[in-house]
Amino acid sequence: MKILIEYFDCQKVSGLRGRRMYRIVAKEELNSSVTKIVVEAPLVARKAEPGQFIILRVDDDGERIPLTIADYDREKGTVTIIFQIVGATTNILNQKQVGESIKDFVGPLGKEAETNGYKNVCIVGGGVGCAIALPIAKKFHELGAKVTSIVGFRSKDIVILEEDFKKCSDKLFVLTDDGTYGTKGNVTAPLKDCLDQGEKFDLVITIGPLIMMKFVVLTCKPYGVPVTVSMNPIMIDGTGMCGGCRLTLLQDGERVTKFACVDGPDFNGYEIDFDEAMSRGRMYQEQDRHANTGSCNLFSADKDNKSER
Amino acid sequence: MAFIAKMNSMPTLDASVRSKNFKEVALGYSANVAIEEAKRCLNCKNKPCVTGCPANIDIPGFISHVKNNDFDKAFEVISQSSCLPAVCGRVCPQESQCESKCTMGVKFEPVGIGRLERFVADYHNSKDSDNEQKAKQVQPNGIKIAIIGSGPSGLSCAGDLVREGFEVSIYEALHLPGGVLSYGIPEFRLPKRIIRKEVDALISQGVKLKTNVVIGKTLDIDDLFEMGYKAIYVSTGAGLPKFMNIPGESLKGVYSANEFLTRVNLMKAYKEGSFTPISTGEKTVVVGGGNVAIDAARCAIRLGSKVTVVYRRTEKELPARLEEIEHAKEEGIEFMFLTNPIEIKSDENGFVDSIVCRQMKLSEPDESGRARPVEVAGSEFEIKTHSVIMALGTSPNPLIRKTTKGIKFNMHGGIVVDDNGKTSREGIYAGGDAVTGSATVISALGAGKRVAKAIMESLTK
Ligand SMILES: Cc1cc2nc3c(=O)[nH]c(=O)nc-3n(C[C@H](O)[C@H](O)[C@H](O)COP(=O)(O)OP(=O)(O)OC[C@H]3O[C@@H](n4cnc5c(N)ncnc54)[C@H](O)[C@@H]3O)c2cc1C
Ligand SMILES: Cc1cc2nc3c(=O)[nH]c(=O)nc-3n(C[C@H](O)[C@H](O)[C@H](O)COP(=O)(O)OP(=O)(O)OC[C@H]3O[C@@H](n4cnc5c(N)ncnc54)[C@H](O)[C@@H]3O)c2cc1C
Ligand code: FES
Repeated sequence: MKILIEYFDCQKVSGLRGRRMYRIVAKEELNSSVTKIVVEAPLVARKAEPGQFIILRVDDDGERIPLTIADYDREKGTVTIIFQIVGATTNILNQKQVGESIKDFVGPLGKEAETNGYKNVCIVGGGVGCAIALPIAKKFHELGAKVTSIVGFRSKDIVILEEDFKKCSDKLFVLTDDGTYGTKGNVTAPLKDCLDQGEKFDLVITIGPLIMMKFVVLTCKPYGVPVTVSMNPIMIDGTGMCGGCRLTLLQDGERVTKFACVDGPDFNGYEIDFDEAMSRGRMYQEQDRHANTGSCNLFSADKDNKSER
Repeated sequence: MAFIAKMNSMPTLDASVRSKNFKEVALGYSANVAIEEAKRCLNCKNKPCVTGCPANIDIPGFISHVKNNDFDKAFEVISQSSCLPAVCGRVCPQESQCESKCTMGVKFEPVGIGRLERFVADYHNSKDSDNEQKAKQVQPNGIKIAIIGSGPSGLSCAGDLVREGFEVSIYEALHLPGGVLSYGIPEFRLPKRIIRKEVDALISQGVKLKTNVVIGKTLDIDDLFEMGYKAIYVSTGAGLPKFMNIPGESLKGVYSANEFLTRVNLMKAYKEGSFTPISTGEKTVVVGGGNVAIDAARCAIRLGSKVTVVYRRTEKELPARLEEIEHAKEEGIEFMFLTNPIEIKSDENGFVDSIVCRQMKLSEPDESGRARPVEVAGSEFEIKTHSVIMALGTSPNPLIRKTTKGIKFNMHGGIVVDDNGKTSREGIYAGGDAVTGSATVISALGAGKRVAKAIMESLTK
């Protein structure tokens, strides 16, 4: 508590100007379009749990964008985020160097991933979704669960975090769409193999493009394995105030509206209306495409899979 | 003595110009007009207007100073009861509060109390008053108070407490203070510089503002007590948007009013070069009839859309502020009364294409005394539109409820409090929209003041 109070008291607060900023203390390019940064944010680090996210604003007048907490260090008071450069804000963020600061950084938001009580889990990540999945895989590993990780990328040059996954997985499958690295193919293939071979997962967690998550759910369905999916709809406030992040669950034949920022981001995969979520994810696309078109990110797989209006 | 029957009119920007920009619409009285208007006040002994004011401002008192050309004194009188006169003068529904009780209003038009309040506040703000504020600084008493939420209720509570020497910190979830005043009410009705000015004044008096802290996530209420706060005021507002649960509400192009207004106001989507996307298309339908609906409609028209407001009762029941309804009409917004949506239809790409509505008629008044609208069978019709904005009201944000033990809530999610704003848990107070559900700026402000008083009494005895 002492530390907290000191943290606040040294905060230079003067109206809307000159507030304390969130300093970047480390930066690493994971591949040409994915960057990892470590940010000083002691309050966020103090409470952060796997599965939660932050919302940041790089500069005044900037957009608020959500990014998952990829790691945290409570002692040092830092939070790590890994982001794919897909548009305006992630581009501006990527221009910031070590020592520079981010204007706003709020969190931890959303519910933490449920990790207690599981013995044998499978983590299925796609693209930058692997960054989101990593802290969850780590946590399961720490808790002594058997962890099978299946990570998929479009191509060799964008494979990220392989070493990190190795460390916390009992089994690791790396795949690329074009076969330039690891096994060629889709993440659902090794998942199905495992299930066919009688692997008794008590939970499958999948994080990545919606279309991938949809197929992971379909793959697991015949085996009756519970699936948790991590939903990443467009968000603004992240506190349940705008409803922009809403999605529809099908619960006992009823359509129920939930807000991903407070009720999620994790949901029961069997209840998600994926088609609606994919459609909503493209809402701002025409306007958003003002910068980089990105190669493999959480959203582009959807874009490629369905042709747009 | 001859009475002047009519209220002096408010000068406004021309409707054809303003409907294309976000500049403030109402321009405010000049000093001469203000004095003229003040002279219409009869200075009644029993002051009926004061009973209509949730903050009990001494209305005839301040008006008599305006009459005498002493605007500073007038400001002093108002600031004894309200810390946000420049805001309230602009956004209070005066026609159903102070002005509805005005004796002049029985036979003629009431005195323009809101307009005078605004004039006095603007006059004061136009002078450099920082030094004056500093001079008034009091001896700190070292008692720490935490306020959650920086809307009007939190700000008013903070103001009263800091002036009594308390050490006040406000925790705000968003990156900007002001609550609805910042993210909801648009620039053309309440310029953001006014809120900035009010907040800066509080900060120069010693209030600490901590943005980007979501209580219940970043810190919780127990942390605050552990950090040494002796009392906590929960003024987190009512931010949770309601939907109608009709088919098609998740289509692309359907917004909650909060999302739409947040994008426009907080994220400045209206500014050229802003990164925040907002798209309304050529035609927008707004569902609802409160201030929120009218604000959303007026923002949409300013973004270049044609706008229709559909409301299930009649014009008479519209809950929005009268002046805003008039302004909205002047700006070309169309109203369809006795109309209720039942479905939103999409085009082949999942975007909104039309909204299907049913005709309503009014029947017996319900418990609230308002005529209850009932559907006319077989009266469906379709309105072609590109966007739909749902402005159906909001309920209190559940975050505090989900993360704090020992506080009682009512069935609508509002925090249960006693007359002094005390909750069922020792040391925790609540007020504003978090208690009442969406209400008004002035009632939120009044609640903040009551709690400030209760805190002073319980902690400085
Ligand atoms: C809970 C959550 C966690 C996330 N975690 C990560 C992460 O760890 N790493 C990562 O790289 N990405 C993550 N994302 C996605 C990330 O927020 C978007 O890539 C980012 O907002 C794009 O901003 P931009 O301005 O650079 O791109 P834009 O040009 O604005 O948009 C590019 C694409 O991103 C989508 N997008 C835009 N704004 C948002 C928004 N506010 N929320 C969601 N999607 C948006 C658009 O639909 C568009 O397809 C997460 C999203 C959510 C909701
Ligand atoms: C579009 C619109 C137009 C309106 N027009 C009028 C009008 O013309 N006249 C009128 O009198 N009233 C109007 N109102 C209603 C009025 O604005 C509200 O009644 C008033 O703002 C309520 O004040 P408050 O302080 O209780 O809450 P809010 O103003 O809602 O402020 C609450 C603050 O708390 C913050 N917060 C919430 N949860 C947390 C948390 N867990 N941790 C930290 N911070 C948190 C929020 O971010 C917000 O800043 C309007 C409302 C809207 C939405
Ligand atoms: S992001 Fe606004 S409600 Fe979830």
